Amino acid sequence: MQRIRLRYTKRGRLRFTSHRDFQRAFERALRRAEVPMAYSAGFTPHPKVSYANAAPTGTGSEAEFLEIALVEARDPDKLRELLDESLPAGLDIIDAVEARTSGLADRLTASVWELRLEGVSQEEAAHAVSAFLAAETVEVQRRGKNGLRTFDARGAVAGLEVDPQPTRPQPDRPGVGPCAILRLVVRHVTPAVRPDDVLSGLRAVADLAPPVPAAVTRLAQGLFDEESGTVTDPLAPDREADRPAPTEAAGSAAAKAPEGAGSA
Amino acid sequence: MPAHESREMSAAASVFPQLEALLPHVQKPIQYVGGELNSTVKEWDDCDVHWALMYPDAYEVGLPNQGVMILYEVLNERAGVLAERTYSVWPDLEELMREHKLPQFTVDSHRPVGAFDIFGLSFSTELGYTNMLTALDLAGIPLAARDRTVDHPIVLAGGHAAFNPEPIAEFVDCVVIGDGEQAVLEITEIVRAWKAEGRPGGREEVLFRLARTGGVYVPGFYDVEYLADGRIARVVPNRSGVPWRVSKHTVMDLDEWPYPKQPLVPLAETVHERMSVEIFRGCTRGCRFCQAGMITRPVRERSITGIGDMVEKGLKATGFEEVGLLSLSSADHSEIGDVAKGLADRYEADKIGLSLPSTRVDAFNVDLANELTRNGRRSGLTFAPEGGSERLRKVINKMVSEEDLIRTVSTAYGNGWRQVKLYFMCGLPTETDEDVLQIGDMAVNVIAEGRKVSGQNDIRCTVSIGGFVPKPHTPFQWAPQLSAEETDARLTKLRDKIRGDKKYGRSIGFRYHDGKPGIVEGLLSRGDRRVGAVIRAVYEDGGRFDGWREHFSYDRWMACAEKELPAVGLDVDWYTTRERSYEEVLPWDHLDSGLDKDWLWEDWQDSLDETEVEDCRWTPCFDCGVCPQMDTSIQIGPTGKKLLPLTVVT
Repeated sequence: MQRIRLRYTKRGRLRFTSHRDFQRAFERALRRAEVPMAYSAGFTPHPKVSYANAAPTGTGSEAEFLEIALVEARDPDKLRELLDESLPAGLDIIDAVEARTSGLADRLTASVWELRLEGVSQEEAAHAVSAFLAAETVEVQRRGKNGLRTFDARGAVAGLEVDPQPTRPQPDRPGVGPCAILRLVVRHVTPAVRPDDVLSGLRAVADLAPPVPAAVTRLAQGLFDEESGTVTDPLAPDREADRPAPTEAAGSAAAKAPEGAGSA
Repeated sequence: MPAHESREMSAAASVFPQLEALLPHVQKPIQYVGGELNSTVKEWDDCDVHWALMYPDAYEVGLPNQGVMILYEVLNERAGVLAERTYSVWPDLEELMREHKLPQFTVDSHRPVGAFDIFGLSFSTELGYTNMLTALDLAGIPLAARDRTVDHPIVLAGGHAAFNPEPIAEFVDCVVIGDGEQAVLEITEIVRAWKAEGRPGGREEVLFRLARTGGVYVPGFYDVEYLADGRIARVVPNRSGVPWRVSKHTVMDLDEWPYPKQPLVPLAETVHERMSVEIFRGCTRGCRFCQAGMITRPVRERSITGIGDMVEKGLKATGFEEVGLLSLSSADHSEIGDVAKGLADRYEADKIGLSLPSTRVDAFNVDLANELTRNGRRSGLTFAPEGGSERLRKVINKMVSEEDLIRTVSTAYGNGWRQVKLYFMCGLPTETDEDVLQIGDMAVNVIAEGRKVSGQNDIRCTVSIGGFVPKPHTPFQWAPQLSAEETDARLTKLRDKIRGDKKYGRSIGFRYHDGKPGIVEGLLSRGDRRVGAVIRAVYEDGGRFDGWREHFSYDRWMACAEKELPAVGLDVDWYTTRERSYEEVLPWDHLDSGLDKDWLWEDWQDSLDETEVEDCRWTPCFDCGVCPQMDTSIQIGPTGKKLLPLTVVT
């Protein structure tokens, strides 16, 4: 049995795809692409797919991961291309490696998020960010299935900064005023702290209230490097195990935003 | 550039940026974003006729609708024609749209529905009428057809419910009855020519050009005159050149129309997630309660090879893991055995499930079901005896004897099926308590037989009962509908009987709907133009999604009917529980389904005499009138062909 790990995106309007929706679409894409899937046993066999850590409905992502099991070996690059063609544009398969190591899920310990705050100036954002970072804990509330829950949103935040780059033009949103972009690094803890919770935190410490909902995109997901404070590519160990003489690790490059990310 | 063209272009711009800001605040936002696999986006300016197609219910119900999917593809395949889809938005988004002045939009390119040339709605059921009004209002289109200008879309209704469009006559500009494939193309050409000429004569002229074809009903060109007692005196054209009666459309060669070729595959979860192939259209079994069977005659089969091609291409295009072989009675296809075996052979290794909505009660049906579930689990089989007593089944012309049923379920349980579902109706003409109580006896006999054959005690039989609503263009169009109170009383007696059975009661599941929604459906199905005021009042009072139990309000409908109907001297009972006489002009008499009204009346009389009528596929014609009237004929096999194994390309 061959295991292949895939990195995929939720871009543009398809960021409103829920994880369940994605699962159905992906399993259909496997059929269209005629991937020789391994199936679970039982009355209703399911193709063997392991999903890790899906981004919430409504947030975009450049870095979602899953692993599939095949009964016949396939070239990962060709498989990537085939699957990508079989999925709607926006749900794009952007990387594929054969699994050479164990524990992909264990290597997903943090995420890098971009938060676009339309109508918020750089200064307002910077003020709120420093107030948030200065605090020891920031209590926020979220309504979950079991009612309102109160928890700390500060502890899991490993980095939060205002992107210094000037606002890119937004062809589909003409005439909107200022726009601040935040870059957030969050450790995956339990209970999970989501970008929404950090936004609630910014509101709590500095009354930051964006006039329109923030456009949130996961840029990277991977192993958190405590020393450099960066998030590394979780597929790098598989790639390296594939190559006898590893050159420069793909490492920290993964934390960079791909062109056009989040410009939904 | 003519002024209306520039209007169109700017008015057709995408509203997605405004919608996007609202989506984080609504349930299941994915249903509003489009982008489904196999959806089509065309350039507005490359097309001169623009259709917005609506299934007036929630996306999860509307997206899998075959009718809309077929027309969407047929239209988009044509050069210069663009079709986009729109569905009913849930109340949470409706509220936000009103607050932010966002119009009803299409999901393909998020264009405002008001910018299109034609706004076509497909009504499978009358319960979508209030949703149409919501959509019109959100689109900025005046609710009443007479208030619209040349710049508003032509509002066109189709679908089975449109065979009596009189209750919505005030709100629609025109109506097509019957098959839509060719009709939408004819309409497209008429609208295209009228636009190319610079829209001479405005709205009235284009509607007239449609009406004079004889295949498009424009309610505004007909006046209804009433008698003093409230009945209709006559329906007359109010201008020359429009026909007295409007004909239904019939597609004759299904193999020439293999749609949908590229079925839409949604991201959102919907009610049917399968590749559906319509294996034939029409039904001549002659069940007297069945409007679909009456209005879709004659029977036209898709050939076995045509079916095989559609399944193969459709599965490739979608990745669905289930194939549904659809029709009104799929086991009646002349080559269904070879179709089922051929498909089961082809897809045995691919884990593709095959399903056949099976309602015929005979052992052959069980053989078929066995074939379709070769590798899978045999969970439940469904049969529809429809009537509890032998006498009642003669009344409705459902020719099934209790012996047939017991033999059939015996075969089913013997082949490893664990559960049998039986469908019935309550409120059928001439029905008594005793007829309904016999449903309980039948279920007991089924369980007893099942225990005997399978040697096990854990088999089940579920009895599911719907209220009968008399429908236009059927022999029961004259029949009195049973009141909600009597329906409920009868079903309560049956429930108590089943629950009281110590030996078998626990093995029998009992599902039924109360009689109230059926009364509203009855009012709308056999209503006339005067019912339009009730629909509008319900909409204005907040009525939406009447097909959904959690949104439907019987009390609201009754309150609005009590407010509106006395002005015309009528009430709900007059439309529902009143029996009609032979002489009465029915509101839909000027819409020609091909069925001869005298034949329908004779069949109604035969029904009361408990006389059965055969199926004309295997007995001589009994003159229902459709074939000569519509210049059509039965098209059935066998072709003698078989489905060959698919060649494997390596």
